[in-house]
Amino acid sequence: MSSVPSSWTARARDYLDRRLPSSNLLPERQPYYVGSWVYVFGVVTIAALFWVILSGIVLAFFGPQWWHVTAVGRFFNSLHFWSVQMFFVFMVLHLWGQYFAAGWRDGRAGTWMVGVVIFLISIVAAFTGYLSQENFDAQWIAVNAKDAMNSVGAGAFFNVLNFGQMYGIHVMLVPIAVLALVGLHIVMVRMKGVVKPIDRSAKVGK
Amino acid sequence: MDSPAGYLHLGIVLISYPNLIVIGGMVVLFAIALIAPFHGVGTKEGRR
Repeated sequence: MSSVPSSWTARARDYLDRRLPSSNLLPERQPYYVGSWVYVFGVVTIAALFWVILSGIVLAFFGPQWWHVTAVGRFFNSLHFWSVQMFFVFMVLHLWGQYFAAGWRDGRAGTWMVGVVIFLISIVAAFTGYLSQENFDAQWIAVNAKDAMNSVGAGAFFNVLNFGQMYGIHVMLVPIAVLALVGLHIVMVRMKGVVKPIDRSAKVGK
Repeated sequence: MDSPAGYLHLGIVLISYPNLIVIGGMVVLFAIALIAPFHGVGTKEGRR
């Protein structure tokens, strides 16, 4: 019987060695059933997120006047907007693919639930993004949304009319949460592998 | 661009045409992803 290491660092290292060996983390081959365009939706979502973050960093650096007035600013503003559209489109396509494949099977419920939380936080990201545009559209959305926030009791601490609060949430808190959870989501997929097709899973008794 | 979008109203269903087009496009893309052959599949390399 092997002895249990006393330090938490050793236990964490043993856990990662056991559950997430480097061959699982960076595999060079996938099972044959992964050979479908449906499995591309997830990685396209990550690619879109990359452009969302990159264009967002540029926008945050130069500020609202730049992204409204200059040609390059408007280009990056549009790049940010359209990469967000791609992010949501492919995230929902990925969701459909995993829903119809019952991607939560065989111990993958946690991976599914992390994906659900990413989806919900992404809605907050998009909402605070629309409120951070610094234009009439943002004002229109904020003035309409304040009543909805007040009606559910959130208006006292989530003030959609407060640009600084919405912008801070949009450029700081929400990106950290989304990136951390997307990283966790990918690691969880790598730990368990891609779920088997339903008929194949039934044949092996899982 | 400044005029409001048209809406499809069928009973309890109310959706703007731009949103309907986007969702329709997503359904088409999903169907294509299911049907379209993926490179490498069916070959010795792809079945490993």
